[in-house]
Amino acid sequence: MNHYETVFILNPVLSEDQIKETVKKYEDILVSKGAKMISKENWGLKKLAYAIQHKKSGFYHLFEFTIDGEALNDLEIEFRRDERIMRYLTVALDKHAIAWAEKRRNRNKKTA
Amino acid sequence: MSSIEQQAKGKKEGDIRYLTPLNIETSKVKKYCMFQKSGIKYVDYKDADFLMRFINEQGKILPRRLTGTSLKYQRKVAVAVKRARHIALMPYVADLLK
Repeated sequence: MNHYETVFILNPVLSEDQIKETVKKYEDILVSKGAKMISKENWGLKKLAYAIQHKKSGFYHLFEFTIDGEALNDLEIEFRRDERIMRYLTVALDKHAIAWAEKRRNRNKKTA
Repeated sequence: MSSIEQQAKGKKEGDIRYLTPLNIETSKVKKYCMFQKSGIKYVDYKDADFLMRFINEQGKILPRRLTGTSLKYQRKVAVAVKRARHIALMPYVADLLK
């Protein structure tokens, strides 16, 4: 089991329900593959630094979880097939990154 | 044309030579690696505002020689900037960014 985090950008034309549904879908995929969700973050609608698929903004979501590396292939295949996902990035976290992620979570909790 | 003698000495005609070394202003402040100094262990690609310090107006990654970052952290900065570009937190190409 390794520690990973995934950022994905959803199409800005989606409605709020569609977004919730999509996020739920990927969460379910992860959990069904044996992942342990550590945190979920919703950054909301953000402006993109450059246009992707002629869109200037997108809904950012961040997942942090532990999972076996092979299961990520299935997740990324799903990401690629899904038209609602404009961009995704999955990164393995090392020990410093995990410490940083924890600190960041606590800080966000305080401000929220 | 300079004479053979002068060429042997390694100076050319018209070269200005000074008796005392020129007083050229050199910065006394030594550059330092801000990651090592402040004890940052992980460079976060999600923090685009922070990474802005390491790119120029065109969005290019600044060299170590300008920022003073140590090699270890320069590599991490470079990876972080590239990740931030991929998820559109930072531009690949820009103009007048700062």
